[in-house]
Amino acid sequence: MKIKPLLIIPLIVVLMIFSVFGYALLSGVNPKAVPSALTGDPLPDFKLSRLEDSKKFLTVSDLVGEPMLVNIWATWCASCKYEHPVLNSLAAQGVKIIGINYKDDRAAALTWLSEYANPYSIDIFDPNGDLGFDLGVTGAPETFFVDSSGEVRYRFQGPITDVNWQNKLKAIFDEMA
Amino acid sequence: MFPEFGQFSLILAWLFSFLLAVLPLVGLKLKNESLLRTAPALAWGMFFFLVVSFGILMNAFLTDDFSVYLVSQHSNSALPWYFKMSATWANHEGSMLLWILMLGGWTVAVTVFARTLNFELKGAVLGVLGLIAFAFLMFILFTSNPFERFLPISPVDGSDLNPLLQDIGLIIHPPTLYMGYVGFSVAFAFAVAALLTGRFDASWVRWSRPWTNVAWAFLTLGIALGSWWAYYELGWGGWWFWDPVENASFMPWLIGTALIHSQAVTEKRNLFKSWSVLLAIFAFSFSLLGTFLVRSGVLTSVHSFAADPERGLFILVILALTIGGSLTLYALNAGKIKTNGQFELVSRESFILMNNILLVVIAFAVLFGTLLPLFADAFGWRKLSVGAPFFNLAFNLLMVVLLCFIAVGQLMRWKKDQLKNWTGFLLAIAAGAIVIALVLPWTLSGELHWQIWLGLSLVFWTAASLIRLVMDKTRHSKSFLAGVRKAGVGFWGMWIAHLGLLVSTTGVVLVSNLDIERDFRMTAGDEVVLENYRFEFESIGKVQGPNYVADQGVINVYRNDKAVAVLNPEKRFYPVKNNVMTEAGIDGNLFRDLYVSLAEPLDDERQVWSIRLQVKPFIRWLWFGAVLMAIGGTLSITDKRYRSTKKGATA
Amino acid sequence: MKWLRTYYAGLVLVCALLASGAQASSELLTFDNDGLRDRYEELSFQFRCPKCQNQNVADSNAPISQDIRQKTYEMLHQGFNDQEIIDFMVDRYTEFVIYKPQMSFVTIWLWIVPAFLLISGLTLLIRLTRSSRQGVPTELTADEQQRLKALMEDKS
Repeated sequence: MKIKPLLIIPLIVVLMIFSVFGYALLSGVNPKAVPSALTGDPLPDFKLSRLEDSKKFLTVSDLVGEPMLVNIWATWCASCKYEHPVLNSLAAQGVKIIGINYKDDRAAALTWLSEYANPYSIDIFDPNGDLGFDLGVTGAPETFFVDSSGEVRYRFQGPITDVNWQNKLKAIFDEMA
Repeated sequence: MFPEFGQFSLILAWLFSFLLAVLPLVGLKLKNESLLRTAPALAWGMFFFLVVSFGILMNAFLTDDFSVYLVSQHSNSALPWYFKMSATWANHEGSMLLWILMLGGWTVAVTVFARTLNFELKGAVLGVLGLIAFAFLMFILFTSNPFERFLPISPVDGSDLNPLLQDIGLIIHPPTLYMGYVGFSVAFAFAVAALLTGRFDASWVRWSRPWTNVAWAFLTLGIALGSWWAYYELGWGGWWFWDPVENASFMPWLIGTALIHSQAVTEKRNLFKSWSVLLAIFAFSFSLLGTFLVRSGVLTSVHSFAADPERGLFILVILALTIGGSLTLYALNAGKIKTNGQFELVSRESFILMNNILLVVIAFAVLFGTLLPLFADAFGWRKLSVGAPFFNLAFNLLMVVLLCFIAVGQLMRWKKDQLKNWTGFLLAIAAGAIVIALVLPWTLSGELHWQIWLGLSLVFWTAASLIRLVMDKTRHSKSFLAGVRKAGVGFWGMWIAHLGLLVSTTGVVLVSNLDIERDFRMTAGDEVVLENYRFEFESIGKVQGPNYVADQGVINVYRNDKAVAVLNPEKRFYPVKNNVMTEAGIDGNLFRDLYVSLAEPLDDERQVWSIRLQVKPFIRWLWFGAVLMAIGGTLSITDKRYRSTKKGATA
Repeated sequence: MKWLRTYYAGLVLVCALLASGAQASSELLTFDNDGLRDRYEELSFQFRCPKCQNQNVADSNAPISQDIRQKTYEMLHQGFNDQEIIDFMVDRYTEFVIYKPQMSFVTIWLWIVPAFLLISGLTLLIRLTRSSRQGVPTELTADEQQRLKALMEDKS
């Protein structure tokens, strides 16, 4: 059976495209998850006040030193309330978590923390979302995994739950230690 | 109890499709006539049970049977009855069932309208259609069963239909679109049947052409409806976003357009046979690809259904088998297709081939742009987005080339023509077009945009060629009307469709460049002047709908102090789904649309709003052109030569 | 006579409004010049909302879209050029945020593939017509014309 080589080309192209589809499906591609642009880069510098004291300002060097989670949260964010107990238990286990209160009201945030416990070693107030913007935050809650040298290793969008911590995020954190 | 009958009916339809897929094709292989002749009856059996099944599902929606999972997810007792009806296909499972129902419909249509088709070819065509139905019914039964139930405790009420879908667009857009997508399966079936039976004579194409044209016309309308619906429903005035799902409908349309032209050549000149077969396979393949992209979750889109990778894999396997199988068949058998006939570089054939090449290149450019982000992500290179800026540029460049050629191509004679016969005329109309395109917009609006100049030059140049065509056709007749009649339905179908293309192009060129859009901070009593139109914000108040509450603005529009329109943009809140929706206030006529939407309330009392005001010139031409194209496509199939002769034509 | 005072106050207010051209509404964003507005609209059209289901920043009301629009507006007025603004956003949100593919080894294929297909198609077209032209002599050579003439004269 003589096959003109030209006639096979459509078949080959199509099979190649399908293999990529198959690979994408099997490897669990998520078109909506956006990796952080800062992966591998240091935490951007900033000058923001502490949540509890509007006259005390912090910069990035005040935060960096050990592996930590930088958590973006707000009182207007429903999922943050959902995430909060998990953060509390992680803090109790010794995980260092920095809280960045994002585009919120200082008084409301402080009340919130006193009501629901405060898992954050340091609380930072980012009223305009300036640090959030430099971090490439797309919404709340978001958590950045930062290592001891201040380099961003990973960005997780959405609330941290017991399930996703155990399945995936704990490993990322442990690797930084 | 009733929904279970629906599922049972679906299983019976599946069994019929199995028989339809197997018996005729086995009969073809074994040259057994009686097996081949079972095909029409089996097709009817399959269709009957599909109708029953779909009817039961729709009935579940209409009677608020919330024990059916789909009904509880996508409907609500407060929903108006016509939306309950269309909610049947406003979800993945129901729309798949609609898709299959239409496949069944097209299959029996073949048995009805192709009654005199040679039984061997007919059996093969129906067999292929049965094979497709079999695969997708299996998909529905195993991964997307619409009849899943909440038992024994079923919800008291449903979660309501997405407010964006509570619109007449939902009632007409999906069915029309699916008629197009699924209709290409008939062209596909004819192509594969031709490969299987080895019958590539002219009659194959003559049978195939009407089906292809009608499917194409439906797809044209379906896409236009989608564009129009997005325009007035989404509240931002956009009419095409190059969203992956939109591209998924546009690609089969492009290939389908190439196909109808290629089939014209095959029928008239017995050329491009192998190419027509390949295009028919590709047209349906792109339809199926669309099904995959929309339902598998590999791409993000405002239009996509809930993503499920497991379903995605199932569809991918179906795709691999159908498309891979048909292309393998093509690779093995297309070499046997004999063509004797030649054509010159300057001839109608060569211009149609040029048209085909350009359309296929556009389709692949769109395909590649749509898929590159997925590939880059899957292989871990980088996360990137390819959107309107790329697609607009690529599409516009290629369309400019295509539009240059249409004017010439439609004048060309078959087989061989001489450019020197036409150069004088072509240069004259080119010059005329360039001048008019420069002068006309400038005198009317005082503005000069090179894009409008280029676009309108091409439109006028092609229009002049269309006029010449009519003149040539009617020149030798007793009267104009006699000439019109003599030209034939086939000619007029082509002519109207080409005119439709020009009308759409004019609309696109003008609205893309003359569109004005501004955001204003307004409250009751404010007014703004935009483009000679005075928009006066009269009031804003609360309005109650059947299943929503809305802030409704009243905006009076004046032109030269004469009242032109009263617009009522709304910001609706649907309590059941906790959804907010923007409903634009639109006043449209042939020459412009006035488009007003409420963006955000700027104060707590919701009395001061940020409002988007738009004036969109000639936007309706875009959709009217599409309607003309659909009319042209359908008109051409009424030609006498497609009507079956009573004596049982040799097929 | 409180009502009279209110009446006059209202009258004054109405006059003031009329005097100001009744254009109490204002454009949501004012630009220093039209060129900046055009660039703003173009950039808003090109930036993608990172949180939405495939929408550009111009059409989306998500908070992050508003932030990106706001930042674009500010940077335009600070004198940055378009590419600098795009780079700024990409540095924070990756290339996901720009719908206009930035030229790179990956994205160059968006142009190479269609160009290649177009050229192959054209080559195919020319080869098809050239081979057919060789096979069909449409004009008689001088020799054949002689023979035809002879034959015709012969017949008569």
